[in-house]
Amino acid sequence: MNAPAADRDAALFRYLLRLGDTSHVLCHRLGEWCGHGPIMEEDIALTNVALDLIGQARLFYQYAGEVEGKGRSEDELAFLRPERDFNNLLLVEQPNGDYARTMARQFLFDAWNLLLFRGLEQSTDPRIAEIAAKAVKEITYHRRHSAGWVIRMGDGTEESRRRIVAAFEQLMGFTAEFFHMDDIDRQMADAGIGPDLSALRDPWMADVEAVLAEATLGWPTATWSVLGGRHEGRHTEHLGYMLAEMQSMQRQYPGLNW
Amino acid sequence: MAGQDRPELVAAPDETALEAAFQARVDAETRIEPRDWMPEKYRRFMIRQISQHAHSEYVGMLPEGNWITRAPTLRRKAALLAKIQDEAGHAAYLYSAAETLGTTRDQTLEDLHSGKAKYSSIFNYPVLTWADIGTIGWLVDGAAIVNQVALCRTSYGPYARAMVRICKEESFHQRQGFEIMTTLAHGAPEQKEMAQDALNRWWWPALMMFGPHDADSPNSEIAFKWKVKRQSNDELRQRFVDMTIPQADFLGLSVPDPDLTWNETTGHYDFGPIDWDEFWRVVKGDGLCNRDRLDARRSAHEDGAWVREAAMAHAEKKRAAKQNVA
Ligand SMILES: [Fe+2]
Ligand SMILES: [Fe+2]
Repeated sequence: MNAPAADRDAALFRYLLRLGDTSHVLCHRLGEWCGHGPIMEEDIALTNVALDLIGQARLFYQYAGEVEGKGRSEDELAFLRPERDFNNLLLVEQPNGDYARTMARQFLFDAWNLLLFRGLEQSTDPRIAEIAAKAVKEITYHRRHSAGWVIRMGDGTEESRRRIVAAFEQLMGFTAEFFHMDDIDRQMADAGIGPDLSALRDPWMADVEAVLAEATLGWPTATWSVLGGRHEGRHTEHLGYMLAEMQSMQRQYPGLNW
Repeated sequence: MAGQDRPELVAAPDETALEAAFQARVDAETRIEPRDWMPEKYRRFMIRQISQHAHSEYVGMLPEGNWITRAPTLRRKAALLAKIQDEAGHAAYLYSAAETLGTTRDQTLEDLHSGKAKYSSIFNYPVLTWADIGTIGWLVDGAAIVNQVALCRTSYGPYARAMVRICKEESFHQRQGFEIMTTLAHGAPEQKEMAQDALNRWWWPALMMFGPHDADSPNSEIAFKWKVKRQSNDELRQRFVDMTIPQADFLGLSVPDPDLTWNETTGHYDFGPIDWDEFWRVVKGDGLCNRDRLDARRSAHEDGAWVREAAMAHAEKKRAAKQNVA
């Protein structure tokens, strides 16, 4: 393999891990709700979202394993990488909190994820385009579901409004990572493999603003913002606990079939 | 109305005639539907049975839900999520079936939270290892299928139809559980050991799922008369044992029963006595997880109250706004 191709594959591998990690980590958080939701129908709806996300994660990990070419399986990539090697968005590792926090996290993510996957649908990499084409339909539903709850909570009762406002204040600072590009992201954008992330900011803001308006809410006032997870594996402290639990079986019984 | 001063004289013959007609329909294998006249006792009996069944599906999500975050592979994690989602669907479907009898989901849930209504006591046992997830699918869903196949012909229409739909998904769960067990039983020594340990702990509780011997089961007689039930608890238990032992043999695992033998004469497996004291102790609260299960259900309900209120308040605002426009 010549040097540019090897470099391109290394970048693609990392790019796919970012996609896989983000989907899997959010799936895991949603899985924590299972059986504890506010109504049975929400248990069902959240599990649906979790199932779509894990389906997407598996496809990205499988492809990543092939691109890497070292024979690593989807499970080795998901369960045997340490925290510092995880490249999920910081937003999706944040704890569930109350249902407002979970729905605010979900909506901020879904609105962005839909734009991202619409971009990936146009990917020059046919494998990514194929994964994205199916996922766009799923994410369209996720966004409708989470937006619906943001609106219900914002324009619901005093209490629900107070909770959803607090949730957005607590989470908005994690969204800076949506649009921040490093060399790998630029390389993927230049090759037409993924969209220009910085160009997603305006349509994302427009979508979020419209939903907040329907929820009779204004833009959050919090001005802080952080980066680190998706590019550098520099996470909040929450991810370590999640991985300790998530990876416990594979760590405890290395190399077995389940 | 003429009957008003002495209602019992008017009501009594009517009731008797209606009851006779109801029983005749049952005997003729005509399904009872929500709009049909039915004895108040039958209605209450069905509400009790269906909501208990619904609670079992709902509470049953919790023990397995504990393992979503620890599932050993992505494929298993997805399958477990899907299975638990099915159980939520079963619960929703059964709560609706109960509502056709004039109760509400809120009421039935309140009975669960207050401890008045029961759920299957199997869920009071802890799910300790990944092999327990396999064993639950194999044995607990397996036992549920035997019970529920029998209920597909129960006399109350909405319940019978719910069972037909649910049985299909349960048999998928059972196969999935058996597949987990097959992988473990053919795996490394520590996996096989894990599988045997899980079978040791779940075997007897699974047999108890069919309920006490019919002689000790106060409702059996009336349940047969109304064709709610068509086979005795012991008959169903026997069917389950006969079905499951060859599967355990295939896995190379043994059930923890020294008395288990194949009986040439009857063509069935004979098995040892069930410890009914343990059964009643666990039903009455001495299981490892009784409190955890009920606490989890109660707090999900209480913590979710503001969410449900928000949804209602928003829907109300929408409705009012629409009316203002119109
Ligand atoms: Fe079920
Ligand atoms: Fe099941």
